[in-house]
Amino acid sequence: MAKYILKRVLYSILILFIVSILLYVLVRCLPMDYVEQKFLSQAQQGTINAEELYRIKELYGLADNSFLGILRGYWNWLTSALGGDLGTSFLYNQPVTTVIADHMWTSFGIAIAAYILQFAIAIPLGIKAATRQYGAIDYTTTVFAMIGISFPSFFIAILLIKVFSFQLGWFPSQGILDATIDWAGDPVGKFGNQMWHIVLPMLAITIISIGGLMRHTRTNTLEVLNQDFIRTARAKGLSERTVVYKHVFRNTMVPLVTMIAGIVPSLFGGMMILEQVFALPGIGQIAYNALKQGDIPFIMGYNMFIAILTVLGTLLSDILYMVVDPRIKISR
Amino acid sequence: MEEKSKKQEPMPSAEALEANGAPMSEGIEENGAPMSAITETDGAPMSEAVNEEENATAAEEEAAVPELSAADRVRIISPLRLVLKRFFRSKLSVIGLTMFVVLLLFSFVGPLFVGWSEGEVDASGTGISYSYRRMEGIRDDEGNSYTIYADDIVKSDINNHAMPFSWSHEENARLHVLGTDKNGHDIFAYLMYGGRLSLTLSFLVVIIYSLIGIVLGGLAGYFGKWVDMIIMRIVDILSCIPSLPILLILGAILESLKVDQNLRIYYMMGFLALLSWTGVARLVRGQILFLREQEYIVAAEALGLSPLRKIFRHLVPNVMPQLIVSMTLGLGSMILYEATLSFLGLGVPPDAASWGQMVQSAVGDTAILNYYVECWLPAGIMIILAVLAFNFIGDGLRDALDPKMKR
Repeated sequence: MAKYILKRVLYSILILFIVSILLYVLVRCLPMDYVEQKFLSQAQQGTINAEELYRIKELYGLADNSFLGILRGYWNWLTSALGGDLGTSFLYNQPVTTVIADHMWTSFGIAIAAYILQFAIAIPLGIKAATRQYGAIDYTTTVFAMIGISFPSFFIAILLIKVFSFQLGWFPSQGILDATIDWAGDPVGKFGNQMWHIVLPMLAITIISIGGLMRHTRTNTLEVLNQDFIRTARAKGLSERTVVYKHVFRNTMVPLVTMIAGIVPSLFGGMMILEQVFALPGIGQIAYNALKQGDIPFIMGYNMFIAILTVLGTLLSDILYMVVDPRIKISR
Repeated sequence: MEEKSKKQEPMPSAEALEANGAPMSEGIEENGAPMSAITETDGAPMSEAVNEEENATAAEEEAAVPELSAADRVRIISPLRLVLKRFFRSKLSVIGLTMFVVLLLFSFVGPLFVGWSEGEVDASGTGISYSYRRMEGIRDDEGNSYTIYADDIVKSDINNHAMPFSWSHEENARLHVLGTDKNGHDIFAYLMYGGRLSLTLSFLVVIIYSLIGIVLGGLAGYFGKWVDMIIMRIVDILSCIPSLPILLILGAILESLKVDQNLRIYYMMGFLALLSWTGVARLVRGQILFLREQEYIVAAEALGLSPLRKIFRHLVPNVMPQLIVSMTLGLGSMILYEATLSFLGLGVPPDAASWGQMVQSAVGDTAILNYYVECWLPAGIMIILAVLAFNFIGDGLRDALDPKMKR
């Protein structure tokens, strides 16, 4: 087991290394780089000449766009990244790690709330749907799950804003905190206000992703229901309740472990589009702006952050799968 | 899904191999055989009752062996018809198919009847557009404060934000079924042209990435060793890269390369295809790894068939059922991607029709969001309907093609 994990970790490092090279080359291909964008107006007015611009570029490490220059830039990035320093964001004038850490938790809070809501609804419904296959509940949940999956995230966001914010006026449409009120001496009120603001984003995430989880639970439950040991349990004379909630339920959870692979990156990675529509200061929004402006250190840092989370998620889900299901053997 | 498919065991007969008959059929034929475990509808698990189609497939298996004359007693249904029958028995898949056909007609035939073309602006002028500005805190010399309302009555050349079911102000007045948007484009016609774009692109992309996935997955699964190593490492790398940020970067690169705006969405979707073949490759590889150990491939080996023939005539057709399902579901997600790209402004030029772009018009424009619902709501609904249709069809196909399914 330990050997297997070690092997996987080493392998993941290799993958991440290649991913970082690809990303860096791609990012450096952005022809309208940050410096050019920033000093565009000055260059047009003539208050800054090409030589000065070049010197600024050199300062940012963007001057040499030849193959060797990019290679050197990558080497600099890599060596400092391995030391835990992802560089300073051009756009936010702060170390990339600080920017990520500052905004990650907003996204995390919303995502975790959405996941709790999702699991609380989807798993019981999925099991219900499976035990009453082709019944009314099954059809209704299937249809609603499918409609949820089919929503583009931006559309559900706009729809929620229109209905619950503008029409009914129940929830704020944008932001994470009401800035017109002084929250200095009122941490409880501040927290409540934040919760109030994340209701709509949370609902949006839940609606678009609950269907997948529900379908997953349903399929797994159906699979388990067809197993021999369930027949044995029934033959033993156990009540249907015990059969379903004790024997089926626990085995249904096994394949759900694989979902961790997808959950880990989405918990911390933020939702680029939703955060934009709801104007939330989460990491997705920050990354979107950075991408638009060619903020190379941040783009690299953010994408590597996501890539690491993806690798970690997969690794974690594989290991957990073996822990939960002892029948799985390590091959190779 | 992959695990599930592994349990499905094709049982090809010698005849099938010789005739090169679509081995796909075998995947389904076993329907009747192994999984008669528990039908949890009726309490008695080992009920004798075998339904009609199990009878039929069992008969078909027997029919392959001439000594048994069971074929005289029962009707033989070809596997394809069996799948179709199961597909059409599910209400949802029929609804999905109907939605798809209607959508197809709407997008490709509809524009012939609607009278407005893409990019055409209704320049027949509005009636009157009215607006006012409010200026607060204007002070005169004596220090009195006023609030001034300035009325603006504008007669515009463009018939923008026309009401649904209104007519243009031309000599031969034409109908705006859903009104016009802020630039005077007919919304109903734009829905149709947007549908054209979405459907065409999603089909193109899915076909492209499936082909890449089949070829690379097939090679990896069949040859194993270093071929497998290299291809699967590429798959691992690609699935590690977050696709949306990469698409944003690529979009920016395209922009600075001065690529024709009309072609940009095609490039973007091309990039998307290059990023999304990994799922298909994994599926094909996994299935082929499993099938490779089957007797009929051993037999093919013994017959001395060439590797290409083995891969593409005997292995790939057996992967088709799962592949078709994943492709159908992929169509839905490609429509979502196209809409998202257009939403982010990386798609079609501002004047062209696209569902995502229409929804985008409501963001940051409270007036449109609140008062001109016809500008964005129908487009959003169209996206949902299109994706939903593919999801229903895909789901129906999965059930119809799954030999373990009972109903």
